[in-house]
Amino acid sequence: MLLGKLTLDAIPFHEPIVMGALGGAGLMGLVVLSLITKFGKWGYLWREWLTSVDHKRIGVMYIAVALVMLLRGFADALMMRSQLAMATDGAMGVFPPSHYDQIFTAHGVIMIIFMAMPFMTGLMNIVVPLQIGARDVAFPFLNSLSFWLLVAAAILVNLSLGVGNFARTGWVAYPPLAELAFSPDVGVDYYTWALQISGIGTTLTAVNFLVTVIKMRAPGMKLMQMPIFTWTCTWANVLIVASFPILTGALAMLSLDRYMDFHFFTAEAGGNAMMYLNLFWAWGHPEVYVLVLPAFGIFSEVVSTYSGKRLFGHTSMIVASGAITVLGFMVWLHHFFTMGSGANVNAFFGIATMVISVPTGVKLFNWLFTIYKGRLRFEPPILWTLGFMVTFSIGGMTGVLLAVPGADYVLHNSLFLIAHFHNTIIGGAVFGYLAGFSFWFPKVFGFKLNAKLGKAAFWFWQVGFYFAFMPLYVLGFMGMTRRLNHTDHHEWNIYLYFALFGALLIAAGIGCQLLQIAVSIYQRKKLEDNTGDPWNGHTLEWATSSPPPAYNFAVLPQVRDIDAFTDMKEQGKPYAKPEHYDPIHMPKNTSAGVFMGAFATALGFALIWHIWWLAIVGLVGIVVTLLTRVYDNHKDFYIMPNEIAHTERAAADSRAKEVVAA
Amino acid sequence: MSNLAEQTLDAPVEHEHGHEHHHDTDSQDILGFWLYLMTDCILFATAFAGYAVLYRNIATGPAGFEIFDLKYVAIETAALLLSSITYGFAMISGRRGNKSAVLGWLAVTFLFGATFIGMEVNEFHHLIAEGHGPNVSAFLSAFFGLVGLHGLHVTAGLIWMAVLMFEVAKRGLTKPAVLRLSLLSLFWHFLDVVWICVFTVVYLKGVA
Repeated sequence: MLLGKLTLDAIPFHEPIVMGALGGAGLMGLVVLSLITKFGKWGYLWREWLTSVDHKRIGVMYIAVALVMLLRGFADALMMRSQLAMATDGAMGVFPPSHYDQIFTAHGVIMIIFMAMPFMTGLMNIVVPLQIGARDVAFPFLNSLSFWLLVAAAILVNLSLGVGNFARTGWVAYPPLAELAFSPDVGVDYYTWALQISGIGTTLTAVNFLVTVIKMRAPGMKLMQMPIFTWTCTWANVLIVASFPILTGALAMLSLDRYMDFHFFTAEAGGNAMMYLNLFWAWGHPEVYVLVLPAFGIFSEVVSTYSGKRLFGHTSMIVASGAITVLGFMVWLHHFFTMGSGANVNAFFGIATMVISVPTGVKLFNWLFTIYKGRLRFEPPILWTLGFMVTFSIGGMTGVLLAVPGADYVLHNSLFLIAHFHNTIIGGAVFGYLAGFSFWFPKVFGFKLNAKLGKAAFWFWQVGFYFAFMPLYVLGFMGMTRRLNHTDHHEWNIYLYFALFGALLIAAGIGCQLLQIAVSIYQRKKLEDNTGDPWNGHTLEWATSSPPPAYNFAVLPQVRDIDAFTDMKEQGKPYAKPEHYDPIHMPKNTSAGVFMGAFATALGFALIWHIWWLAIVGLVGIVVTLLTRVYDNHKDFYIMPNEIAHTERAAADSRAKEVVAA
Repeated sequence: MSNLAEQTLDAPVEHEHGHEHHHDTDSQDILGFWLYLMTDCILFATAFAGYAVLYRNIATGPAGFEIFDLKYVAIETAALLLSSITYGFAMISGRRGNKSAVLGWLAVTFLFGATFIGMEVNEFHHLIAEGHGPNVSAFLSAFFGLVGLHGLHVTAGLIWMAVLMFEVAKRGLTKPAVLRLSLLSLFWHFLDVVWICVFTVVYLKGVA
């Protein structure tokens, strides 16, 4: 009773691959922990990072989680591609279906919810307050809490590897398969509670950043003057606020079915499984625009910076993103044309889907016109951008093809679909985040990334992508459906081998990126950015030093232009020194977010394993920690003028040094 | 009611330190809370959509008109609507700085809210005892889901109210306390509006 459904049988001792992975992960964890202990960094880590409410540090932690989860999600991808390259001509490969099904489910969930989302959220955290000339987000503690809720959810997903199992339903967890009758173990419960906890964090983040951009823009900055990355993040936040509650509702209904014998989606007593599909995609389709809109914003910043020109059509870019936001809510049914809702309904959703390519096309032409007559500097961020423009166009066109209901009936659930959405998510969102990563890295850490390894990473990714996914389009046309465990069609084999080769090339790309980070840290003196403006940037994040001081801006900048920093440079008065500094009001770091995240982990774990006493402890713990935080009277402090003057003088000296060296 | 909330907060912000222009954090809090309420609104919309899809799927169980007692629900509704009015009185007293009146009206509000929840729990208990529990049919699942979701919100509101009463009693009508009272006010009236929809869509339509 004390441990609910949890027994020693939950640990998969009999599966050598899982135990090997656990051992490896455990070993790596031990190495990291002992290194931290050896260098005596626990106190520093706790005081300066884990309890931080600084948006820049929270952003860095988001991206760290995203990179770790990228490795895990990509390991899943390699396992799938290897299995499918081996299990041909009737061979069974290494992974039995019960394990393989968990791999593809975990791959989808991790890549969308625990890689792409935190990567996007991390970049938004770092950049948006800087771009609008603010000192932090509207609710710094809430920001920390959102992050720790994500960590809680990520811990649950990773726990499922060693304790019990993950869902075998695919990342969408459609009922009736996801119902208790057909998925009686804890896999689906890991899935629902991980998504619920991280979903709440995401919703809070979106609310936080909407208030931030509405209320905290630098004096003079009009809404339409906000930088384009901030605008695309804002549209993404609108989408989050409007769509994530639908997921919360749908998963809550699924949980009621599983825990309390309700009949929302069951196959008996009047339940309606198709309602789950509708609700899921009413969230799921906007979600893909949540991922890709900020990436569009990054490409816009990168294109204009490395072309040395203003962005072509700033206003039309904002309007196009808004159009995508609105249309993104009107297309969910194209994920299940085969439901059979009738020709008229399918035609409506098919046309609405195709219409989205119009504002997307507007953006593409805006980028092309920005490059036109510009002088491109071929740094890694612009390579990712050019690679995106080609790759995403192909993905967009196969999307328009899939939007034709008749064609969709043939291609539905085939590898053609898999190729299409990887084409848009990798070629769109992931390329964007990687461009943003190398673009803003010097801002955050004060030194640039090694460009040679960055370029190598890009080419491995780019070429690997085509090898990995173009064969899947062909396989889709040849009739291969998704989520197959093994095949017996000799003519498919060659394409499956090419796909594995492509995945290995991408692995080399990821390897280059890890190497790039290590080498750049080693060469950090050589790659140092003393000016705070390594790329001759246009917007306010480049107006402060790299890394920026905790308060971002000693004096809030006055904005008169879309490209506020370019404007200051043209006026010949960037880095203007004020007559005096005022004290700056800042929030103190707090451990409340960490503890609430820990209690949320306990709550999730308890709910998954039916350990009811622990669930009560978790819930009460969350509420009590929150109340303690709310009624703490010492939540903030002032940074005093002499300290600010000191910091600002150091930054000015560093800039002067650079000018002399040049 | 939001007007009242804003009026309360429009009172000039006193800077203890007086040298740095704070951005108006109260208006940030209120905007943030409004946005949260809108996400909650969509959560309710999802539950309503689920109910609309499933309410005819009664399987072997009863339909709405066989189990709803409109008179009982009318009293329940009256309790919740009255609690909104008394919360409004509490806010007016708060604006006048009358601490004991605030506590008194909050206590009355709390009692009305507790009456509502008590009656709802009793209704649920009665239905389940009669064999009309949520596991009988999709209609009953959606009914218990939607009404229960609202009930959970009201319960959370009651706990919040108890905490605020304790705060006001201990620390008085400080500026943060008044802000929190106005946020709970938004929450409370929002739940009232949602209940009017529940009453109409579930109960009135159910017996029609």
